[in-house]
Amino acid sequence: MSRFSRFFRNRRFDDISVSIQEHIDERTDELIGEGMSRDEAERAARRDFGNVTLLHERSREVWQWQRLESLLVDLKHVCRRLGRSPGFAITVLLTLAIGIGANTAVFSVLNSVLLRPLPYPEPQQLVSLHLNAPGAPGLSEFRSELRLSPSMYFTFATHSHVFQSVGVWGPGTASITGIAQPEQVNTAQISGGVLETLNVPAFTGQWLTAADQDPHGLGRVMLSYGYWQRRFGGDPGVVGRTIQVNSQPRVIAGVMPRGFKIVNYDFDLLVPMALDPVKEILAGFGYRGIARLRPGVTIPQANADAARLLNVWMDSWSNGPGSDSHWYLRWKITPALEPLKETVVGSITAVLWVVMGTIGVVMLIACTNVANLLLVRADARQQELAVRSALGAGRWRIARELLLESVTLGLLGGAAGVAVAYAGLRLLSAIGPVELPRMSEISLDGWSIAFTLVLSMLSGLLFGMIPVLRYAPSQQRVTLLGAMRTASVGRERQRGRNLLVVAQVAMALVLLVGAVLMIRTFLAMRNVDPGFSDPASLQVMRLDIPETLVRDSVTAVHMQNSILDKLAAIPGVSSAGFAAAVPMSGGEPAWNEILIEGKTYEGDNPPMRLFNYVSPGYFHTAGTSFIAGRDFTWAEIYNMQPIGILSEGLARELWGSPQAAIGKRFHEFPNQPWYKVVGVVQDVRENGIDQVSPATVYWPSISHDLFGPGVVGARRTLDFAIRTNRAGTQTFINEMQQAVWSVNSNLPVADISTMQEIYSDSMARTSFTLVMLAIAGTMALALGILGIYGVISYAVSQRTREIGIRMALGAKKAELMWMFVRSALVLTGVGMGAGLGAAAVLMRLMRTLLFGVSPLDPVSFTAVPIVLAMAAALASYLPARRTAVVDPVEALRAE
Amino acid sequence: MAKNPEHRDLFPGALEMMILQSLRLKPMHGYALVKHIKQVSEDLLQVEEGSLYPALQRMLKEGLLEAQTGTSAKGRPTRIYRLTAAGIRHLESEVVSFERMFAGFTRVLAAAKA
Repeated sequence: MSRFSRFFRNRRFDDISVSIQEHIDERTDELIGEGMSRDEAERAARRDFGNVTLLHERSREVWQWQRLESLLVDLKHVCRRLGRSPGFAITVLLTLAIGIGANTAVFSVLNSVLLRPLPYPEPQQLVSLHLNAPGAPGLSEFRSELRLSPSMYFTFATHSHVFQSVGVWGPGTASITGIAQPEQVNTAQISGGVLETLNVPAFTGQWLTAADQDPHGLGRVMLSYGYWQRRFGGDPGVVGRTIQVNSQPRVIAGVMPRGFKIVNYDFDLLVPMALDPVKEILAGFGYRGIARLRPGVTIPQANADAARLLNVWMDSWSNGPGSDSHWYLRWKITPALEPLKETVVGSITAVLWVVMGTIGVVMLIACTNVANLLLVRADARQQELAVRSALGAGRWRIARELLLESVTLGLLGGAAGVAVAYAGLRLLSAIGPVELPRMSEISLDGWSIAFTLVLSMLSGLLFGMIPVLRYAPSQQRVTLLGAMRTASVGRERQRGRNLLVVAQVAMALVLLVGAVLMIRTFLAMRNVDPGFSDPASLQVMRLDIPETLVRDSVTAVHMQNSILDKLAAIPGVSSAGFAAAVPMSGGEPAWNEILIEGKTYEGDNPPMRLFNYVSPGYFHTAGTSFIAGRDFTWAEIYNMQPIGILSEGLARELWGSPQAAIGKRFHEFPNQPWYKVVGVVQDVRENGIDQVSPATVYWPSISHDLFGPGVVGARRTLDFAIRTNRAGTQTFINEMQQAVWSVNSNLPVADISTMQEIYSDSMARTSFTLVMLAIAGTMALALGILGIYGVISYAVSQRTREIGIRMALGAKKAELMWMFVRSALVLTGVGMGAGLGAAAVLMRLMRTLLFGVSPLDPVSFTAVPIVLAMAAALASYLPARRTAVVDPVEALRAE
Repeated sequence: MAKNPEHRDLFPGALEMMILQSLRLKPMHGYALVKHIKQVSEDLLQVEEGSLYPALQRMLKEGLLEAQTGTSAKGRPTRIYRLTAAGIRHLESEVVSFERMFAGFTRVLAAAKA
């Protein structure tokens, strides 16, 4: 019992106490008047009264009992009434189940992804270490922030005042041999401090520690729970066993618990980084840093400390003999730490809030439709309600009954909605976008259920309030007098429903504009030339030839070359090639600045360029066209000719045109030979369709190593691209693996996919938003049209008599129909006006989700109103047609 | 609780009717109601306090009565009960049905005598 109702109960109880006390007092007085002593009189008066406590009890029972009893009676009535009109009940419940279910599902996703804390102890202490480098031009073209180098990690780990622990990590792959078939697994390479930072105990065995990263020691490895189950059948004796990782023996130190991830990365194997503080240099910004703050440390304090440590870093390391240690001052590196959760959730935040808002609006539209249905029902019960009101049923009593009905509907709809949400989430996890972070954590938890409950109650109250406001005020006497059909009452009732239609049209317009903007975004992305062609027939796989397997670099390149030949010989293959990273795969081979011949850079930073390493024939295979010049040849590769290929944007930037670039020379470091430009290829959207194409240098995959003359360096981890119309079929994949194993049976093949899958994944966020908004927009349109249809057909039925009179007076049928259609169009117009205003404001919030289209895109803002107006005209024309069959004589007689 | 064997239980609804009828004259507090009914019925009817207050509460709940705090004839605080429009209508319909029933009783009893 709430404190509120107890208070009221006691008030009534006290009131009656006053009454009883007064009664006893008067009786006492009377008895004294009759000659009794005060004591005797009081006793007698109380005796007359009997048991006062019992009396109190019985008086109180009247309230308690009746309240509960009448509620139950009312509830029984509600159920019986709903049972009598199953069509109405089913319509309302379906509407609510879908509306509430969709909201619950989206809320669950939002809750699991954005609201729920990360699954690590004290997650609020976790940060990721981002650095901004505004003084490094060109860097932002292919990445928004600078990552950490190992030397930075050592500096932070040794000198920080604000971190409890800090570590760096990076995703990678490794080949496992000696267990079954050679297998490529996903690894997380971690420095010491990563596990301490995340602080999740091992499921069995021990954590890797900083000692494991000693390049001279035998670094151990840890297994993920999933890999342990999959490959070792959950064998508890696995700790201490030795496995071959990249052909090197490694001892298994332990297994991490189920569901454990490094930030948002799902790995099979944890591998320690082999880091030697003595050999590290300043550069090598490839690692993701995470840290755990000391209790009470704020992000600004941590940033200040990190800024201090960057100076320590530059003072403590160098990029080799003769280089300027403080060169990086020019990059203006500033720390930009952020809560780890922001890193995990990333760009999906905007999408989820937009989708939540959208689905919320659909719910509002659904509520207005249900309110409309309830109004029609209340209209039908008007006589009954009026009679009851006249017989003394209070306003509150009638309001309670109407609200009880709507809240009951809301709760029943909510219960069905939970089932819809459950099914929806199952569907989402089956077909959802791969990039949705924390996907595995999504579930219907207590918060989701609480959300559903509140939403059901609120929507019940919301759509219940409208008939209550109309019918609970005791103005029913008028109606009792038989004024049922007076024009004034009809019109007033119509006004409420007109408002609902205006609101529905406005909301539907907003959602449809949003959906159309996403469709236009999708189409704009589809129209972008990604820099490769026909991705569906481009098979991609990753192959690594570790130094432990083939020591000599030139031999490794020969092996890669013969694998290409074998792949090209598979029936149906037209060509094959490799690159250090295919576009949009997330792989990022390297980046640095280049120096061009005849240009000096004093005090000025040359911009950063993306580096890729390609085989002859790669561009032809990928469908990246040459703008000028030619491809590499294998002869040039093996002779280590200093030649390169540039992206079109880079060639234009440096020499004005692709043609002018041919024959010009550049290099990465001053002590390197000049590289001659032999070709210029079209720009490639390396980081996704909606990201600008970075200026890219394509190098041969083998070269003289910089750090020692005569030493040769080769790219050992490569993405192979194979052009064939059999791409993606299992038989082709098998033949592809056989081709690789025919060259060396210890080579694992990894990350097999088609370019189409990579391309679609890069558009997953857009297509996910598009699908969600399209579903919401369609629901909104359908509900809006139903609303208009309902209002007009109700108006027609209410005004039959008026139609009859007008017809009798000679009105033409077309004129009468136009009268109704016109009123629908007026409502639609008003709704669209409001909706356009709201859309203009709201679409700006979607700006980050749009590509190649303005938030105020004129096409969307004209097409949607036109379609809505046409839909409204149709929705009103159909019921308006019924006026044509009204017989004036019948209509008048019916009155 | 009847302290006097002559005072039999009233038939259902009778107490309500008497309260409504009494309050129709003027608003009263509980004690005054008891006195009033006693006087008007010339001591034939006596309302049991044990039944009166629960009945008053019930009728308040049903909206037949309203109550407000006031002072008794002696100047003590008490609750004054007043008839509502619904109370009047209820009373009227009760009286109609009571009279019909009473007429029925009378005829049955008369037939038995004859």
